[in-house]
Amino acid sequence: MKIVVLPKQTFDTEAKITLDAAGKINREGVNLIMNPYDEFAVEEALRLKEKHGGEVTVVSFGGPKVPDILRQALAMGADKAVHVGDEGLEEIDEHTTATILAKLLRDLEYDLILAGWRAIDDGSAQVAGRVAEILGLPMVNMVIKLDIAEGKAVASREIEGGYEVVEVPLPAVITAQKGLNEPRYPTMKGIMQAKKKPMQKLTIADLGLGGEEVAPKVRARRYYLPSPRSQGKIITGEPAEAAAELVRLLREEAKVV
Amino acid sequence: MIKGGSFLIEDIEASLITTPEDFSDEQKMIFRTTVDFVEKEVLPRMDEIESQDEATIRSLMKAAADVGLLGADVEEEYGGTDLDKVSSMIIAECMGRGGSFCITHGGQTGIGTLPIVYFGNKKQKEKYLPDIVSGDKISSYALTEPEAGTDAMSIRTRAVLSKDGQYYLLNGSKQFITNAGFADVFVLFAKVDGDKFTAFIVDRDTEGFSMGAEEKKMGLKGSSTRALTLEDAKVPAENLLFEVGKGHLVAFNILNMGRLKIAANALGAAKYALEQAANYANNRKQFKQPIVNFGLIKEKLANMAKKIFVTESMLYRISGLIEEEVFSKLDKSKEVLGYEIAERLSDYVIECSILKIYATETLSYVVDEGVQIHGGYGYIAEYPIERVYRDARIFRIFEGTNEINRIVIPTTIVRKAQKGELPLGEKLDRIDEVWAGIAPPLTRAEEIVKMAKALFLYVYKQATARYGQNIGREQEVLGRLADMAIEVYGMESALLRTQKAFNSGKKAEAELMRKITEAYAFEAVRAVEAKAADVLAMVGEEKEKEVGRVRALCTHVPVDVVALNREIAAEVAEAGGYPIKVA
Repeated sequence: MKIVVLPKQTFDTEAKITLDAAGKINREGVNLIMNPYDEFAVEEALRLKEKHGGEVTVVSFGGPKVPDILRQALAMGADKAVHVGDEGLEEIDEHTTATILAKLLRDLEYDLILAGWRAIDDGSAQVAGRVAEILGLPMVNMVIKLDIAEGKAVASREIEGGYEVVEVPLPAVITAQKGLNEPRYPTMKGIMQAKKKPMQKLTIADLGLGGEEVAPKVRARRYYLPSPRSQGKIITGEPAEAAAELVRLLREEAKVV
Repeated sequence: MIKGGSFLIEDIEASLITTPEDFSDEQKMIFRTTVDFVEKEVLPRMDEIESQDEATIRSLMKAAADVGLLGADVEEEYGGTDLDKVSSMIIAECMGRGGSFCITHGGQTGIGTLPIVYFGNKKQKEKYLPDIVSGDKISSYALTEPEAGTDAMSIRTRAVLSKDGQYYLLNGSKQFITNAGFADVFVLFAKVDGDKFTAFIVDRDTEGFSMGAEEKKMGLKGSSTRALTLEDAKVPAENLLFEVGKGHLVAFNILNMGRLKIAANALGAAKYALEQAANYANNRKQFKQPIVNFGLIKEKLANMAKKIFVTESMLYRISGLIEEEVFSKLDKSKEVLGYEIAERLSDYVIECSILKIYATETLSYVVDEGVQIHGGYGYIAEYPIERVYRDARIFRIFEGTNEINRIVIPTTIVRKAQKGELPLGEKLDRIDEVWAGIAPPLTRAEEIVKMAKALFLYVYKQATARYGQNIGREQEVLGRLADMAIEVYGMESALLRTQKAFNSGKKAEAELMRKITEAYAFEAVRAVEAKAADVLAMVGEEKEKEVGRVRALCTHVPVDVVALNREIAAEVAEAGGYPIKVA
């Protein structure tokens, strides 16, 4: 079974977000990690490979540090990696990323495409869905249990108040939700072997893409940080009086009741 | 080739030392993976570990084995990964964040395994190493006895070969044995026929072998520490490790590696303590503001970060050095590498002792100030700093007390000089030329390092001239010489690392390193001056003149150390801990 996983490099969950002079998100000195939902996807791919045999390829589009997360996936046990660089692209959106990944996927053999259901940075949860759409594949989102048998994927996904079990023919796109599995640590042996595994570097031009095809459809006009939480107010006094004062403040100052 | 101790008489290019900024992609991943393992697997189970829940500890050792954290120093054919020593020290550093568990891990991967790796024969390695690497067996190192601590060669445990030549019968007792409670295999030292110091591999189920109750310790409560008793313990003759009468080679070379690993553990623990302190200082408010805003708190955070930086710079410099000069040069086709390792490694005894002392005293300092920053809360067990403080205390005692390590440094220098391994004599003959190159007031860290080296040589010359062969009896002098050598190596390692970072274009980090090195060196020079003056006041012929000369040589331009400390502290506060990211 040939599986392709689409991890994204994101800011560390604990990274402090700041804006630079141009009002863009400042990437200087920020710790970068593999998007945690994508770790579930990598782990699931490895488990499926261990069960059914086959090959796991990890593919990511992005800047010069992307090989770090690809190397991590290789150290966990993936077989090969492809990095499509973002050189020459000033602005991107989900359309850009999905177009590039789908183009690359057309040249790869796969039975299954796995990704995290969303990235923790922009949280748009669009790329995997767009890739499925472009490639004309069925897709199951936010999966917490996955079985593959006889050319079909049986996936459980959380829905409001319960679970839904969905069956789709392969090839298909499946996105991982927390709970699907517990990602493994790269082993020391895996880390040392990873450097011998193939990691291909491609540019957008190598994929025959450029210009309008990859131009973003959505442009961010402005980024701003949430305003800092203002100091709380403690109302003292007898309970009855304090309650009355609270209601007054909620009505007159906060204007919420 | 960079000889052991040569830093005292030569200057080296920054490009020749290993620094954390040189970590390969693989080493960085090893760093991150190990930290991740400790954060997610070890720290959440600290209560069970602290109560010595054996099932938890064994399962964690198994989990560590699955990640490959038990086999870094073991050859691949026995299940290990045979990583380079920098990687091995990275693992030890990161495990240092894991409290008692790092001692269980270190007892296993360091002193409990290395004797077999370095000195075992093929049969012994095949029998023991795969199970140790897989975490199925826990190993332990048993040298200390009730009457033989620092004076390790005076052990009383005896071994006699049985008449049929099948067994050694061991009699005696061992004290303070790490991992004893759960260990399956012990590397144990005894004297064959009462005088030949020898290492053995002893299985837990050996007839005549028993152990005492768990010691109630001040800290590291999750690590097992027990006494062992051997009453006609029947150890198969094939379990004799290395050679009869060659146990000292095993013991002392393992101790050198053990010292490096303990230093690495201490570094990891110190970084963890600094994180606790920095986060507390960022969040704790008094006088309507976070206490991190206050000058005396900032100064503590800065000092903690500086000592950690110096420790880290030394640790990876030495690790890179012994990888290059010892381990990468071994002829691995040989069955027993012990002789070659012993010979090559013993050249770096000075560096190993320096690092052990400096790293463990840094840890002591950091946990102490860590508690102080926490105020009353630091004394309450709910906060991790309380445990870390107790756990830290033993580090200055085990793997050779810091006192014996202080003795080791100058006595080794004397011995190496006598044997011609360290051409100290030539340098001492030209000491006046060396002095001539130094023109106080000192203005930069480079000049301070240069001056401190010269000052060490000068004081060394006066002291050896005064006491000759008897200098070994003057422990107070030796201790001060050791302290001077430690500061020289520490300052120089920090300085070279900073230079290397600048040279390789890592501007942002290098600028912080420069501040740290500068602030550190201008404080350290006063300590060096005081030690030198103390010794010269004892041994000098014209004391006033000589001490006065030292004072003059140590004169430096005014440096606003407080301003530097504030800037360093701001970075610590911002990072919520040690501000230099190495992986």
